Amino acid sequence: MPDKEKKQGTNISRRSFLKGVGTGTVAATVAPSVLIGGEKAADAQEGDAVASATIQLNINGKPYQVEVEARTTLLTVLRDGIDTSGNNVDLTGAKLICDRGECGGCTVMADGNPVYACMMLAMDAQDKQITTVEGLADGDDLHPVQEAFIQHDALMCGFCTPGFVVSSAALLSENAKPTLEEIKVGLSGNTCRCGTYPFIFDAVKTASKKM
Amino acid sequence: MASWGEASESRLIGKRIPRLSGRDKVTGKAKYTFDINRPGMLYGRILRSEVAHANVVGVDLSEAEALPGVKAVIQIVEVGNKIRYQGQEIAAVAAETDDIAKDAIRLIRVDLEELPHVVTEADAMAEGAPQIRDDWTGNQSNPNVREEGDLAGGFAQAAVEVEATYHAPVQTHVCLETHGNVAEWEDEQNLTVWASTQGVFGVRNDLAGSFNLPANQVRVITEHMGGGFGSKFGPGVEGRRVAELARITGRPVKLMLTRKAEHLVAGNRPSMTQHVRAGATGDGRLIAYDMKGHGTGGISSGAGFQAPYVYHVPNRRTERVNVAVNVGNQRAMRAPGHPQGAFAMDSLMDELAEKLGMNPLEFRRINDTSEVRQAQYTLGAQEIGWHRRNSVPGAGKAVKKRGMGVGSGQWGGGGGRGTQARVTINSDGTVEAVTGTQDIGTGIRTAIAIIVAEEFGLAPTDIRVTVGDSGPGLPSGGSGGSQTTASVAPVIKTAAAAAKQKLFERIAPQLNAPVGDLRVGNRTIYVVSDRTKTIKWELATGQLGMDSISEGGEWDEELRQGGVAGTQFAEVEVDTETGAVRVIKIVAVQDCGLAINRLATESQINGGVIMGLGQALLEERFMDAQTGRMLNANLEDYKVPGTFEIPEIKSIVFDTHRKVTGVGEPPCIPTPGAIANAVYNAIGVRIRELPITPDKILTALAEKKA
Repeated sequence: MPDKEKKQGTNISRRSFLKGVGTGTVAATVAPSVLIGGEKAADAQEGDAVASATIQLNINGKPYQVEVEARTTLLTVLRDGIDTSGNNVDLTGAKLICDRGECGGCTVMADGNPVYACMMLAMDAQDKQITTVEGLADGDDLHPVQEAFIQHDALMCGFCTPGFVVSSAALLSENAKPTLEEIKVGLSGNTCRCGTYPFIFDAVKTASKKM
Repeated sequence: MASWGEASESRLIGKRIPRLSGRDKVTGKAKYTFDINRPGMLYGRILRSEVAHANVVGVDLSEAEALPGVKAVIQIVEVGNKIRYQGQEIAAVAAETDDIAKDAIRLIRVDLEELPHVVTEADAMAEGAPQIRDDWTGNQSNPNVREEGDLAGGFAQAAVEVEATYHAPVQTHVCLETHGNVAEWEDEQNLTVWASTQGVFGVRNDLAGSFNLPANQVRVITEHMGGGFGSKFGPGVEGRRVAELARITGRPVKLMLTRKAEHLVAGNRPSMTQHVRAGATGDGRLIAYDMKGHGTGGISSGAGFQAPYVYHVPNRRTERVNVAVNVGNQRAMRAPGHPQGAFAMDSLMDELAEKLGMNPLEFRRINDTSEVRQAQYTLGAQEIGWHRRNSVPGAGKAVKKRGMGVGSGQWGGGGGRGTQARVTINSDGTVEAVTGTQDIGTGIRTAIAIIVAEEFGLAPTDIRVTVGDSGPGLPSGGSGGSQTTASVAPVIKTAAAAAKQKLFERIAPQLNAPVGDLRVGNRTIYVVSDRTKTIKWELATGQLGMDSISEGGEWDEELRQGGVAGTQFAEVEVDTETGAVRVIKIVAVQDCGLAINRLATESQINGGVIMGLGQALLEERFMDAQTGRMLNANLEDYKVPGTFEIPEIKSIVFDTHRKVTGVGEPPCIPTPGAIANAVYNAIGVRIRELPITPDKILTALAEKKA
């Protein structure tokens, strides 16, 4: 939006509003009152490129045709995406927890490397083999990490578990026999609030013996 | 009289059994509220105030309503109303996609007339502070004063005295699945809600009341739930509003709080500041305790804390006030009032012991009337190697110094009436257990399966357990106060026993034996007096035909018991150059009553310790006095424990009796006190404010030197 800064005369853009509240007051228009929101429609979507495109993603070995906007993340496609034949992608194992690449709840693999799906644009996931927690097992045969997580009770509420499982699998594919310190480093991008860490460490050690 | 039998007779109860939901959770199949995708579902979002205190002058929804893809916009706050804290709800939208909903709330125009705010306790208590509650005089509640014994007389007997101020800041729950719901109306009179809640029946009853519906026309489902820690009772503003959006649009709507809103409005543990003067006699008896304290629960009250705690003081006076600030309300958080109270009390105990020249463990033994904890002190001290503890705190010239500390806790967790359950034996031998409790991550689903399988001689995986659904009409209470297992287990046990009795009555004639002689084990019913008379489980149930057995259960006082004691020992290493504290090891000795599932109980203890470690070293809500905003409403700047913080944890399930007691909350209580005392033992400098961060350590060390 090339003219976005010009809007200050008639209204207050999100950007100038944010500049204003940093100092506690908004001088631009209606002091002493404060405005929240109140952007023009075009401003609200500034830079968000509402125009969409149809792309193909390869997820768990299966092709998906999905329509995405430039801002659409891989995580949004996995969880909320609808393919071009109208079916929900519905791969809800990866979770949105922190929404900023801090907690690892949305971890998936892209070409075998762990990535935060909330930080990867769907368009950037084209031409990559995406593996989600749903794609780790071989049919009914669970991945050794999955087996070990169950055995060691390496989960409580389970909301962070898909992220930890994928990160653990990715760690073991890089380093089949990690030490405890290496496990801690390998899983440092994942957060659990129930406090399952000790049993997660045990599970990764057990799984490493089966890799 | 019902009983759980002897440990030697238990095949499953008390063993380490992987939870039934494990497979669904590790494969991503487990569906949380956040994962529910209904056909035609819309996405809801809430516009919240960024201002902490203001009059609402105007709200204009028109541009948001006009945005393509927006299906409904509702105003939550009325013009003329007051905004009282950052995050307060202003309006809500429902749109075809979450991104459109996000765009739409940015199009809502809100005019606010800012009022002076106070967001810190110091500001709220300052002379001339703006009054922020209409129903109080000033920003402090009337003091709650309690007195016992003869305080002056007590101090007259004291050989040593300590006077100190201890502080714990506000902590937030940080549920990884934020609060939220999916609402769907079947027709104008029937509502289904998938709720991320600790109480499906509480949510059902609230929504039925809010929408004037008969309770049996609201169904609430919580199959899996991503963490609550006390903050997820009731549907909240977001739950009522999402149901309203769904009704207006005639489509299902999902509305989950953002991470930021979760910090701002979904509850927190109140702060605690206490100024204590306490005395002990020369032979090590606590004799007098005088405490004046305050805390804030946000704009509401509820900032209570335990003081004194655990240890007996005969002569005492306590005075507490609540301080109101323009910040979102507190909610119950894992053992409300206890961990902060324990931190202050255990710190005080060590300070008194040092003045007495007494080993802090010995000082506790003299003043602790709990026989269970006395035994735990012995066990825990052995496990941590208490004899290795620094005899002179802070001794030595090493950069990294180690120390040990101890802390204690207590809790109730005895459960109560109010659970209905049903156990059904089908003719094909399959078994179902249904009750309206919810599995919030504690593993009650598996505990139910263990109890039923034990009764029937089956495996836990043979039992299909349905929880987290109000549909079957079998209510249970909310999962709070560590009450779930102790409330549910007796009813499940008696239901299973009743069903077994019915089956025995049908089979006894065939086996030519009195009903009382029948037993079941290893998928076989047999006669105890003549073991040659047997019938396989499936053959027996096969004779039920259409006439399957389905029995309810009853509350039984004899199967549960309240009251647990816990003790923790911590070993830490403090880097005196960086101020960093590394916890080396925690030994947690936790009285659990009868642990139905020892593995899940160990998980609970680990989890409590880790949450306590977060409170001890990391967690603090930062409010900016200038803007009235929370500065760390995210997961980067609000620190919770990660892999690097995790010490070796020795979780000891301390068996005391064969009656069920809840243990969800107590293991987080002793941790901050034990860590704080270990830090003192390491460096000889006491940090009386949580969290114990490097800046505080370095400042304290520098002050000691100076």
